[in-house]
Amino acid sequence: MLIAAILTLAVGTYTMRLAGVLLRDRLELSDQLQRLLPMAAAALLAALAATATLMEGTAFAGIARPAGVAVGALLAWRRAPFVVVVLAAAATAALLRLAGVE
Amino acid sequence: MLRDAAAIAAAMIAVGASFGAIAIAYGLPTWVPFLMSTAVFAGGAQFLAVGLIAAGNPIAAVFAGLLLNARHLPFGLAVSATVGSRRRDRLIGSHLMTDEVVAFTLAEPDPVRRRRTYWLIGITLFTSWNTGTALGVWLGGATGDPATLGLDAAFPAGLIALILPSLRDRDTRLVALLGAAVAVALTAVLPAGLPVLCALLGLAAVFRPRRCPSHPPDTTGAPPPGAVQQEAETGAQRRGAAGRSAPAGRSAPAERSAAAERSAAAERSAAAERSAPAGRSAAAGRSAAAGREGERRAESEEASC
Repeated sequence: MLIAAILTLAVGTYTMRLAGVLLRDRLELSDQLQRLLPMAAAALLAALAATATLMEGTAFAGIARPAGVAVGALLAWRRAPFVVVVLAAAATAALLRLAGVE
Repeated sequence: MLRDAAAIAAAMIAVGASFGAIAIAYGLPTWVPFLMSTAVFAGGAQFLAVGLIAAGNPIAAVFAGLLLNARHLPFGLAVSATVGSRRRDRLIGSHLMTDEVVAFTLAEPDPVRRRRTYWLIGITLFTSWNTGTALGVWLGGATGDPATLGLDAAFPAGLIALILPSLRDRDTRLVALLGAAVAVALTAVLPAGLPVLCALLGLAAVFRPRRCPSHPPDTTGAPPPGAVQQEAETGAQRRGAAGRSAPAGRSAPAERSAAAERSAAAERSAAAERSAPAGRSAAAGRSAAAGREGERRAESEEASC
């Protein structure tokens, strides 16, 4: 099941990449679809980020993780490099837990 | 160009490492992150899929991942001429296509250099992404509990950094925030995986009745030079930044010669790509007709006032 899911995702992704390259002259996506695709992507990723930040299973995730993510998000907003964002978020959460805040 | 490649390689090793470590932290078998990084090779979709698979819903993982990667279709239209006309080049080159590669490629005006850029950045990214994944798997296995290292916070923070550039577009921001709120609200009641898919309901925000804009939409003003410079440095490291970093520093004649080299379809895509920093988002810039669509929408908004 697991390997089938990953391979389906891989084949599907490759097909879309190749289709654009091969069908350049023949393929016409509607304006509406062209506009909605990136928005759908942003919505999915934002939802994943929000649930991964706030929830642990079906319960609230506590203090340390959301606090770490908040620090990372602030740095990202200030256009800090990606590596800095990720490391600062992890370090904040780790230090809070070290201090006994869960 | 080599310095750009080195900088982006370093960033990709770091992100790839966080991907590998998170996959292991979720308790997935070691081969999963390796297979994904080689066969799927799309950062955002990999993070998304690993999260949903770990939550026990591989079907949602496939569906969400494919939806996320559907943007490669317009990307392919835009870089088709650059990848090459030979069958072998197209088959291999297509797999190397990512947000960053497309951004770097479209930023290069000269066709010969552009082709070299596509392949250099593409191969560099593929190598560094997989190196990073291996590093992360090794680190994740060695450190035991990922929570003590705060890895659980690193993942959402990284995602936010990826999507932040696209959230500068008002409609995209609205859709994303609404979708995120729906997903969080439904997490307590729906089976794992489904809440994230329900975020697509956020797209309803685009179809809401139009209000009069409080100020005219900014579709023409260029960002200040400082912003462009910084974007060129940091933007390329962010997966979501394709449209924004691409046009930095392009001159008008270069754009014309570049445009002449492309076919009509690719030209339309690239034109929208170039118009991206004009106050609009990377997300809007990625889609070929987004610019025109936005202007048309702005006109109709004003007309309805």
